[in-house]
Amino acid sequence: MSSSTIAHPKPAQSFGTFLKRLFVKLGILPILLVIALVVFTSMSDNFMTSKNLMNVLRQSVYLTIVSMGQMLALLTGGFDLSVGTTLALTSVVGALTMATVYTAMPDAVWLAILLGCFAGIAAGTMIGVSNGIGVAFFGVSPFMMSLGMTSVGFGIALFLTGGVPVYGMPQSFGDTFGFGTFIGIPSPLYVAAIIAVLLYVFLYRTRFGRYFYAVGGNIKAAELSGINTRLTLFTTYVLCAALTAVAGMLLTARLDTGEANIGASMPLQSIAACVIAGVSMRGGVGRLESVIMGAIFIGLVQNGMNLARIESYLQTVVLGSLLILAVIADQIRLRYVASLKD
Amino acid sequence: MQELGGISPSKRLEESARRDGACSLLETVGLTKDYPGIRALDEMNFKLNAGEVHVLFGENGAGKSTLISMLAGANMPTAGQILFNGNIVELAGVHAARELGISAVFQEFSLIPQMTIAENMFLGAEPTKKGFLQPKAQRENAKEILESLDFHLSPTTRVDNLTRAEQQMVEIAKAFRSNLSVLILDEPTASLTNHETEQLFKLINRLKTQNVGIIYITHRMAEIKEIGDRITILRDGKYIETVDARSSSEDKLVDLMTGREIGQIFPNINFEPGEMALEVDDLITIDGSVNGASVTVRRGEIVGFAGLVGSGKSKFAQACFGALDIESGSITFKGEKIAKPKTKAMLKRGFMYLPSDRRKDGLMMMRPARENISIASLDIAPFSKLGGVFLSKKGEAKIVDQLTERLNLSPRKSERDAGMFSGGNQQKLMLARSLTRKFDFIVFDEPTVGVDVGTRAAIYEFIAELCANGAAILLISSDLPEVLNLTNRAYVFYQGRIQAELVGEEITEENVLSNFFEKGPA
Repeated sequence: MSSSTIAHPKPAQSFGTFLKRLFVKLGILPILLVIALVVFTSMSDNFMTSKNLMNVLRQSVYLTIVSMGQMLALLTGGFDLSVGTTLALTSVVGALTMATVYTAMPDAVWLAILLGCFAGIAAGTMIGVSNGIGVAFFGVSPFMMSLGMTSVGFGIALFLTGGVPVYGMPQSFGDTFGFGTFIGIPSPLYVAAIIAVLLYVFLYRTRFGRYFYAVGGNIKAAELSGINTRLTLFTTYVLCAALTAVAGMLLTARLDTGEANIGASMPLQSIAACVIAGVSMRGGVGRLESVIMGAIFIGLVQNGMNLARIESYLQTVVLGSLLILAVIADQIRLRYVASLKD
Repeated sequence: MQELGGISPSKRLEESARRDGACSLLETVGLTKDYPGIRALDEMNFKLNAGEVHVLFGENGAGKSTLISMLAGANMPTAGQILFNGNIVELAGVHAARELGISAVFQEFSLIPQMTIAENMFLGAEPTKKGFLQPKAQRENAKEILESLDFHLSPTTRVDNLTRAEQQMVEIAKAFRSNLSVLILDEPTASLTNHETEQLFKLINRLKTQNVGIIYITHRMAEIKEIGDRITILRDGKYIETVDARSSSEDKLVDLMTGREIGQIFPNINFEPGEMALEVDDLITIDGSVNGASVTVRRGEIVGFAGLVGSGKSKFAQACFGALDIESGSITFKGEKIAKPKTKAMLKRGFMYLPSDRRKDGLMMMRPARENISIASLDIAPFSKLGGVFLSKKGEAKIVDQLTERLNLSPRKSERDAGMFSGGNQQKLMLARSLTRKFDFIVFDEPTVGVDVGTRAAIYEFIAELCANGAAILLISSDLPEVLNLTNRAYVFYQGRIQAELVGEEITEENVLSNFFEKGPA
């Protein structure tokens, strides 16, 4: 969502113009959200319950965290197609390390968990480091770079496991980070909340955060303003992968296994979450709050469709359509912005 | 409304146009264009005669671009009529306008860089035989047109290998692929050097003798005097007056345009050259665009750089700023020898470079004005606190508020996206950047391209004030009057070298121009 200022609509204006201004200011997300809530509430009695809504939040945690990373890539005018692979590689390496340490030292449960998480996140982040080097220092297009890394990462994950799920992690890992709750709230939510707060402060309270917007807004202008654009781009992809890796470890805890086949839908879903939330594909525009809402919205739609017993194959059709709809809405919005101006 | 004798109003309009005798080549009657919330053009009545150069004159946002976009078929009017040779025409698209012989050359080129000149000229109207392209015929036609225009370009050259001025020529040549009766030129000389401008004027004069009507948009007074026949002044989307170009004084035009009196455009400046700010010796850049240039700039001076586009005058400043890699040469800034300038470090030392292309190099169009102003100084107070890491929203807002007031940004909305401001106000956003910290040396690269006269005067005033406050100013400009009237010393660049250094009274049009080109053997 752009932060362009919108004048207060004058009473004389028609309702249509008022709606237009609202759309320009808020984007497509609120409209979709209202529609989804109305439709799913009418389709299932179980939808609008606090238990189910908490369920939605918990299910959306992984996508939310990945979307926050994806947003950084989009902000600087690129995108990261390798988030799915990052998730998989993190899961596999994390689980393997954890299981190995746990087998060697059955008493040191928390050491195993710590080392496992560290190894997993480090492995996932390495994908981001590669992306960052390619994009920032060699000028490879983000599309090619992250597409290539998708294959590389997936290959490594399959090679390490032979395509078989990794078992043997300590029970407490899943109990704590997958299924655990604290004051009635699932533990992964806390992780997401902490990341969101830290990222918010970073983006909107430090100058480095502003630099992400500047690089995406006009990389040449940023360079002439003394901003290290290469470092900013590099950091973008490293941060994106690091956040995705955290989500990967949380998902591994939930599944209780390390899997090379998770995350295939992540690139599409995370980009959809951002675009629906008004992040521009041209870079430089987008708010963190909206992206979080966007990710939760996608979780909501999936949950609603499950309750309404819509077949999972059809669900992917809906998600793809939503993404395209969001991009179309973004284009229309841009046209309105130009015509409304104030 | 009652119709007389069953004749529709539009028919009567046509009749009346015929009755007026010599009907105009192109005419608009009550032409209006509305955008939501704004009327960009209001009941415009405009007449273009065959064989005249009709200048459209007005500030940015006065409606000139809206008018020509409708005449060229790029935009449809909300109300009103367009008459061509006395007949009402509906220009549903650029193609429809072209069919009638109305062609426009807009400021933004519509060329495809990867294609050759010939391919670009015949884009959308390729000669074919039984559905197959005839590249040879196309090349020959293109060559014919280029030769008839006296443009020395080969039809097989790719457009991305051309200079901006040459691309402009291709854009003009494109208009000639079919019969031309109206040519619309939107600030065609903005990127041309004086020599190329002369070429263009010659061409325009030849077109006049062929009875082509020319609509010409420009902000430059000298051009109006030189080639204009009549001038129509627009203000706030409204028609103000049509005057004869030769008998109208400059002051009168500016008064009509602004609706208020503006004094002299160029301020009086007392130069007091102080200590040395920048001393560059024998600078050579890696890409060869600067090839052994030496320059000195002192505090309290405005030093001008003149020269052709591509003569290295911009590249020189970019190289000193650290935006272009240096092969050899020495740079001394404020007494400190700088081996390899880096933009970030140069900004910290007090060296500011404001680029010429706002859209490409200067502004983040989708970000608010505030962020565009503060971008180069976020590492210092009051924009940030705690070691420059955390932003200070309050400090930023306060300074931005002061700067927008000082520069008279209009509208004064610092949260508005930069892209929503007019050209002149976008330029102000960049100028504001030079006040966000204490800069001792400021480079203005083409500071008034596409800026209306009112804002231009304000920009000159601004530059003069910085100079009076003891800053060293480097003014790079292709607009000769700027160099003549604002600087106390000027360097003329030619092919990456300095052809001449002119001081004070020596800075005359003749002296500057005579050094634009290779000097013959003396």
